[in-house]
Amino acid sequence: MAFEGLADRLQNTIQRIKGKGKVTEQDVKEMTREVRLALLEADVNFKVVKDFVKRVKERAIGQEVMESLTPGQQVIKVVKEELTDLMGGDESKIAVAKRPPTVIMMVGLQGAGKTTTTGKLANHLRKKHNRKPLLVAADVYRPAAINQLQTLGKQLDLPVYAKGTDADPVDIANEAIAEAKENHNDYVIIDTAGRLHVDSDLMGELQQIKENVQPDEIFLVVDAMTGQDAVNVAESFDEQLEVSGVVLTKLDGDTRGGAALSIKAVTGKPIKFAGMGEKLDQLEAFHPERMASRILGM
Amino acid sequence: ARYRTVDEDFFEDLEEILISADVGVTTVMEMIDELEMEVKRRNIKDTRQVREVISEKLVEIYYGDDDSEEMEELNINHDGLSIVLFVGVNGVGKTTTIGKLAHQLKSEGKNVMLAAGDTFRAGAIEQLDAWGERVGVNVVKHSAGSDPAAVIFDAIQAAKSRNADVLLCDTAGRLQNKVNLMNELAKVKRVIEREVPTAPHEVLLVLDATTGQNAMSQAKTFSEATAVSGIVLTKLDGTAKGGIVLAIRNELEIPVKLVGLGEKVTDLQQFDAHAFVYGLFADMVEAHDEEKEQ
Ligand SMILES: Nc1nc2c(ncn2[C@@H]2O[C@H](COP(=O)(O)OP(=O)(O)OP(=O)(O)O)[C@@H](O)[C@H]2O)c(=O)[nH]1
Ligand SMILES: Nc1nc2c(ncn2[C@@H]2O[C@H](COP(=O)(O)OP(=O)(O)OP(=O)(O)O)[C@@H](O)[C@H]2O)c(=O)[nH]1
Ligand SMILES: [K+]
Ligand SMILES: [Mg+2]
Ligand SMILES: [Mg+2]
Repeated sequence: MAFEGLADRLQNTIQRIKGKGKVTEQDVKEMTREVRLALLEADVNFKVVKDFVKRVKERAIGQEVMESLTPGQQVIKVVKEELTDLMGGDESKIAVAKRPPTVIMMVGLQGAGKTTTTGKLANHLRKKHNRKPLLVAADVYRPAAINQLQTLGKQLDLPVYAKGTDADPVDIANEAIAEAKENHNDYVIIDTAGRLHVDSDLMGELQQIKENVQPDEIFLVVDAMTGQDAVNVAESFDEQLEVSGVVLTKLDGDTRGGAALSIKAVTGKPIKFAGMGEKLDQLEAFHPERMASRILGM
Repeated sequence: ARYRTVDEDFFEDLEEILISADVGVTTVMEMIDELEMEVKRRNIKDTRQVREVISEKLVEIYYGDDDSEEMEELNINHDGLSIVLFVGVNGVGKTTTIGKLAHQLKSEGKNVMLAAGDTFRAGAIEQLDAWGERVGVNVVKHSAGSDPAAVIFDAIQAAKSRNADVLLCDTAGRLQNKVNLMNELAKVKRVIEREVPTAPHEVLLVLDATTGQNAMSQAKTFSEATAVSGIVLTKLDGTAKGGIVLAIRNELEIPVKLVGLGEKVTDLQQFDAHAFVYGLFADMVEAHDEEKEQ
């Protein structure tokens, strides 16, 4: 059950295969079996693993490997390449609207890290890009959600648009944009309440906000510890809202983070940022290659 | 119908559905091996019959060698003050569960108090305060940034002097690999032990059902720091199944005591192992039954 043994197990297979002058189909089979286990134990989705292993197998018993002088190393390279490929390049860019303000919507399941990431992104935009963001408290459901965002605003010394819990989130979003125009805020980041992808009422609310404010980015915030369900969540949010990118949070933990791979595989949307802690400066660009190593435990 | 008989396809689909429920690949493979043997031994051909065996096997994994299917009740029904400490990683539902449990206990006639031990996260004290107001129970709190152990100490004194039956202690979410934060939690627990020698009566680890295999690492590390006595499995109202608690119960002998099924004050229930394991493969059964009917 434990992860510790797995990295070793994989290392062993890799070590065995690395030294070989000739790689047989049996070797490849054994190796892909271990890779499959490694990915599943890292929470990569079952179906995603299936496709992935098939692709690696095809390449590994193809010419590229068999005719190489160092077939063992070639196989390992194939695995890492495929994994990195799947997760896409470095894409920590944020859209810029032709006419300001640029509007960003934060969406995701309960407790994923949306409010915290709203604060982090605002901090990032100001520090790295010299922007003047307005934060918007559109979560009227979670107790003290508005207070939470206001506290972050205070810590950052950035404005927060709030209208209390009796207001409609769609109105809040609309009025915030108007306020941003008036005060020359060039970015508006809307913090929405956490919700289940299967909650059609609340998903409908997000669609309405989207229609009204025409956001330039919709970031799906996902907890890196998410298990097999990550594909259902990501697919469903993407189908209903067409998200533009993903922020993976809580990567400062010891999870393997296979959800990253699953989400990228099913939505094709780039993972733009990684949350690396609870503090407001702990947001980093996402590095697919590092993530690949992490998932495989290498 | 897809599986008229219990054949290889059937087991392959079962493996897929259990892995998809986050049961964990090793546990699933071992279980399927045993199941295949059992099906052969009992000469089971019908999928309906095999369902019962699957349930049996999964319940067996859950309880492990311990066949005393104990009632997973909270240890709080005695004279004097009971203290429950809530621990877990960030955002799993600790504070919300405290609100729900406070409501449940209060409606059972208990005098309940809450301790705002999360002094770190923005808005955490206000969040617990809002729950206290909603439910109608007192909340002991200090200002943001103060020492959590001091808050808990004060809350215990207040609970004693007001003859409270139950004190529910909130703590800040923390990832289990943060050694300093885990030490801070151990300190909070020591304060409770010192002030009330029989306490804490429960240390509840809150796990988010959406979490995958990392939940095992959470259970291990939080247990080392605070001797976890039970699990609250939250967010089971979504599509995630929380199958990792099988392995956690089996390996670490920590039972699930409560499940969270939503954000409302009434969305907290007693854990039922049999219903839970059925839920892990119910989709497969239902898909099968539908196909049969057509
Ligand atoms: N360690 C760590 N904690 C994080 C990170 N991002 C967020 N958190 C914590 O995760 C918890 C939940 O974060 P929130 O920002 O409240 O999550 P949310 O998605 O807004 O939650 P809801 O509004 O309830 O749906 C808090 O304890 C945060 O401090 C991260 O990158 N690392
Ligand atoms: N759908 C659903 N949401 C839940 C459940 N339990 C909690 N939540 C939501 O999950 C989010 C996080 O809950 P909290 O109670 O703040 O979690 P926490 O563990 O106290 O978080 P931190 O203190 O930041 O570590 C909130 O939006 C809750 O409303 C549940 O059983 N089902
Ligand atoms: K979560
Ligand atoms: Mg929030
Ligand atoms: Mg909390």
